[in-house]
Amino acid sequence: MRIEIPQLALITLVGASASGKTTFAHKYFKDTEVLSSDFFRGMIGDDENDQSVTNEAFELLFKAADMRLTLGRSAVIDATNLQKNPRKNILDLAKKQNVHAVAIVLDIPLKTLIERNAQRGDRECSEGVLRRHCEQLHSSIRILKKEGFRYVYVVSENDIDNVEIVRTKLWNDKREESGPFDIIGDVHGCFDELAELLDRLGYMKNDEGIYAHPEGRKAVFLGDLCDRGNRNTDVLKAVMSMVKSGNAIAVPGNHDVKLVKYLLGKNVRTENGLDTTIAEIDNETPEFRKEVCDFLDGLVSHYVFDEGRLVVSHAGIKPEYIGRASAAVRDFCIFGDVDGRVEEDGMPVRKDWAADYRGKAVIVYGHTPVGEVRNRNNTYCIDTGCVFGGILTALRYPEMTTVSVAAKEVYSEPARPFAVSDTADDIPVAEELLGKLRIETELIPSITVQEENTAAAFEVMSRFSADPRWLIYLPPTMSPCETSEEPDYLEYPTEAFAYYRKNGIRNVVCEKKHMGSRAVVVLCRNAETAKKRFRVDDGSRGMIYTRTGRRFFDDRNTENALLDRLDKVLDKSGFWNDFDTDWVCLDAELMPWSEKAQVLIKEQYAATGHAAVHSLDTVMKELFKAYERDKDANTEHSVSTETLVYKYGSKQRAAEGFYKAYGNYCWKVTSVDDIRIAPFHILACEGSVFTDKPHKWHMDNIEKYITGIDNIFMMTEHIYVDTEDYESVTAGINWWKGLTGKGGEGMVVKPEFYTAFNGKKLLQPAVKCRGREYLRIIYGAEYLSRENLPRLKKRSLKRKRDLALKEFALGVEGLKRFVKNEPLYRINQCAFGVLAMESEPTDPRL
Amino acid sequence: MLITITYEGKNTQELGYLLHKNPNSAQEFELTFGKAYVFYPEVTNKRTTAALVLDINSVDLAKGKENSPNTGLFTYVNDRPYTCNSFMSVALNRVFGTAMKGRCDKKQELADTPIDLTAAVYMLRCESDEDARNIFEPLGYEVNIERGMLDERFHEWGKSPYINITLKGKVRLAELLNHLYVLIPFFDGNKHYYIDDSEVEKLLSHGGEWLKNHPYRETIVRGYFNNIHSITKSALTQLADDEDSENDSPKHKRLDTERIDTVAQVVLDSGAKTVLDLGCGEGKYAARLAAEPQIVRITEADVAVKILGAAKARVEKLPQFQRDKVDFIQASALCRDRRFESYDCCLLIEVIEHIDEERLPVLERVLFEFAHPKTVIVTTPNAEYNSNYQFLPDGELRHDDHRFEWNREKFSKWAESVCEKYGYKVKITGIGNEDGNLGAPTQMGVFEL
Repeated sequence: MRIEIPQLALITLVGASASGKTTFAHKYFKDTEVLSSDFFRGMIGDDENDQSVTNEAFELLFKAADMRLTLGRSAVIDATNLQKNPRKNILDLAKKQNVHAVAIVLDIPLKTLIERNAQRGDRECSEGVLRRHCEQLHSSIRILKKEGFRYVYVVSENDIDNVEIVRTKLWNDKREESGPFDIIGDVHGCFDELAELLDRLGYMKNDEGIYAHPEGRKAVFLGDLCDRGNRNTDVLKAVMSMVKSGNAIAVPGNHDVKLVKYLLGKNVRTENGLDTTIAEIDNETPEFRKEVCDFLDGLVSHYVFDEGRLVVSHAGIKPEYIGRASAAVRDFCIFGDVDGRVEEDGMPVRKDWAADYRGKAVIVYGHTPVGEVRNRNNTYCIDTGCVFGGILTALRYPEMTTVSVAAKEVYSEPARPFAVSDTADDIPVAEELLGKLRIETELIPSITVQEENTAAAFEVMSRFSADPRWLIYLPPTMSPCETSEEPDYLEYPTEAFAYYRKNGIRNVVCEKKHMGSRAVVVLCRNAETAKKRFRVDDGSRGMIYTRTGRRFFDDRNTENALLDRLDKVLDKSGFWNDFDTDWVCLDAELMPWSEKAQVLIKEQYAATGHAAVHSLDTVMKELFKAYERDKDANTEHSVSTETLVYKYGSKQRAAEGFYKAYGNYCWKVTSVDDIRIAPFHILACEGSVFTDKPHKWHMDNIEKYITGIDNIFMMTEHIYVDTEDYESVTAGINWWKGLTGKGGEGMVVKPEFYTAFNGKKLLQPAVKCRGREYLRIIYGAEYLSRENLPRLKKRSLKRKRDLALKEFALGVEGLKRFVKNEPLYRINQCAFGVLAMESEPTDPRL
Repeated sequence: MLITITYEGKNTQELGYLLHKNPNSAQEFELTFGKAYVFYPEVTNKRTTAALVLDINSVDLAKGKENSPNTGLFTYVNDRPYTCNSFMSVALNRVFGTAMKGRCDKKQELADTPIDLTAAVYMLRCESDEDARNIFEPLGYEVNIERGMLDERFHEWGKSPYINITLKGKVRLAELLNHLYVLIPFFDGNKHYYIDDSEVEKLLSHGGEWLKNHPYRETIVRGYFNNIHSITKSALTQLADDEDSENDSPKHKRLDTERIDTVAQVVLDSGAKTVLDLGCGEGKYAARLAAEPQIVRITEADVAVKILGAAKARVEKLPQFQRDKVDFIQASALCRDRRFESYDCCLLIEVIEHIDEERLPVLERVLFEFAHPKTVIVTTPNAEYNSNYQFLPDGELRHDDHRFEWNREKFSKWAESVCEKYGYKVKITGIGNEDGNLGAPTQMGVFEL
């Protein structure tokens, strides 16, 4: 006996006690597919026959079945299922999961049951029970179909050992077809445009007058073939012939469904363009009308192609509906995300399912006219409103390019402008940011962000971050080199070079560390590009933001002036042309430090410096008086004033050092001309992320294209060091000494290539080596004192280095995703991850 | 870091007896947070000066003492080692404790006598010279203040927030020391230890006498306790049991209460049973609304986990059946959030002004389009009213985190545009004392579907 079951289904056995259900189930299905009520009774009650835990056992069984179906795995329910109520639960679950319910009835004669029952010893039923079971079984068989089981198979005692289970594909499953396809949006009776489009796509009429592609491409029609246009039946004829000859595939649209109703003689309202089709089709033969009716009625709601990588339907599809079959799935595919609410103009409110789509499959659909192909989160709406005077568009798969034809006239006035309100997908979703996050990157396969960090980042992002659409990259934190062994230094270049040398990196670049503030510059050639590429439509053309994603300048005029001047530079140097791009993202240092850190400097650095210098001056003055007295008095002291003079004298010198140090990095900015920007990475532009280039490439191109034209944009001094060459290393150390001796911040040492590995181990993208005087700003004026320096040298870099690597991976990942045109939520995730890594953990449990 | 005390008159060397510190010897004292030294820069018949200088290690402040399990409370770069602050108060008590109690076995009479003393306090945080005079002059001192530029190299950064101040008066030494003990941390405003109820006793023992009659008593007590309300109140009550000592500025108090009253009434009138309080702050609205039988569920939502903790603490104090109505979630007005759906009413009380104006369109969509409750109540300051606040300089906003404050025209324009886009109707009114021309301090928009 042959039993056909859809590949994904909820299968239920129906049979009396002792009819051999369990044996049957395990013989014909995978053990893990079978969910037996006895098993669950045993699991929670220690006794498979304990009827007192039946309710709990079924609750668990259904939970398990539900989860299996959610994960796309069938389940076989092994229970008697002789009564309507338990079967209703099964049908409800099938409905909820949009899968077919299948019933396999084991019809075993009472006599056999009684015999078998006698052999079961431990779990014997009375004969009366078995008789009742048989009666229930026979009255059930007739009504199973009516109850809602899509397939019902009755297996007799004779067949029970000779069953063949065949798992069939659903109609919507065309995973083995991988194209190439030309997916065509809503035609709406625009035959002239369709013919021209097919022509442009390379389709030709064959001998039978059917459009076919010489290379075997297939057209995929997304429904709404008719209504409103001027040649509705011609479209039907062309498409039907293509589908029937295997040159095309079609899914139904809401207009097609309505036409079927009309053709079946049902009462329909002829508004919204049906009248135009009726006017034509009523002149056709009854045979043609029947053909159309059968054709449209037989269309499948959606298709899954190319191993699940491509899904098409008329009005889109929710991820949990893909590859499923039910009335709910069909309605969604045809009518879209509607719940009965209507707009003021009477049109149904269409909810934005695409904004929430997070799947990997590309979904192509039509239904909602849009000004141009709308790509959101891997979904493409390609109904470009031809019948309303727009264009007819085809999306080629797998090329993902579009071919289109402009409407020859406006066949119908749109009920509302189809520039269409913006979608919601550019607004982050709270539940995707809160809680523990796992982010996959190319450089580090899986990065986990803890809940307490996302909680903190969530606040930071909400309160302080700039518009997240601009935040395609946040720079990583940078670790210092290992602590120096030199007695008077915390950091010294030897360790920086050694880190890379030990990790097999021979060539490094040393870049002067400008003491300013990290700034990421995103610049578009114009507001149009900003809108198209970054989806920012407030007229701005870019943004300069800090390493924590905040707008660098509160004053928009300054930001705009800097962006304009950068654009001029890039224009003049030929950057835009040579890189063939209309946007760029730069990593830079912006000076002076006081420009961004003004408040911090005044309240913390200057205040501390002022208090320290003035207090210590007075202390020293008073101490000298006491010291002068002491010399004459010649008395015993518990501590000599001389000791104190020495002690506070060194504090005083430290305070002066600190005061000098922070002063170096401040200057007054009266106009944009006083600002300096030193770019050090050309991160990305259209089509490219430059994290595969050596730093020399970055420096050379920055010199060639960005600096030397406008004083604002300055070069970063740098030298190249061979870490295995003593002289080269010495030269590097001396270069650093020269920088820091003049009060400079220090240098950053980077491996030759932007991303560097030692074997499989990702290396620090850079380590910093800061100057001795400069470090007073970090560790306080007196950090070099005898009691402090040894203590500070005991620092551990592990955590910092770990963070630096993860943030580096996230930063690069964000750029790559942006350049690959990935969904916005995927790009934002990277910047959010960096913010979370950098935030002070907050306990989300309150 | 440094204070000096000078005694002028005859036989001024006797200052050594009063302080219990030998003028001929510098001395070292161990403190929990560092060291203190006492030395005498000048010792003559006519004039004797004692100096107390502290040595506090900034690395200890940041990392905690070496080998101590406690980590530090301060950053590496910190003014604490160099200014006069609560560390100095603690040192005064430790080093001059006996003198502070007014005891001097050898010269008790002198200790009990007002003498010509001058205290110099170096680098005391104090933003206004006038404040310093108002506080010290009523205590009988001739006050002299020096204030430099914050940084001589950058005059545009303005004046230093620190002063060197000398206080000259005829006082008992113990009085002077107690004044310093209380008033140094009052001015500094940043205590290095946790303030609890035991602080009240400390304040009463060092300031019980003279604080009672000080015209700025309340200000001093409030500042001394870093504005911690409950402790301040308890201290003030003990200082003057007979007087009512409500210390919040009455104007502010009334506006806050009035806002809660008004909003609560609007919520009830709207018929709402469920309320989302977005940007809930410290949970005052939950506490108020939970008491209303009409309200069955309130969700307190805020971006800041810390603030939610405070809201939770407030709600914890309610009776069980009220507490059970309230939930807490971390959420943002700038993120789409399914949890916002299905509320009758959403409150946005004093929230929008904390969001960058350019990002308000996102809030509008999150709230009015996606959450789409029947009623939305938005309140925000009325900028026009600001000229009534005498302490608010022209053009400044009421709160550091305010990104904007709108006048009535701006608010109503925004409200109308929201209505047009999302199909609401709005009614705008004021909350607080109406000023004929300027309107009320708070403006409220009630949006209904």
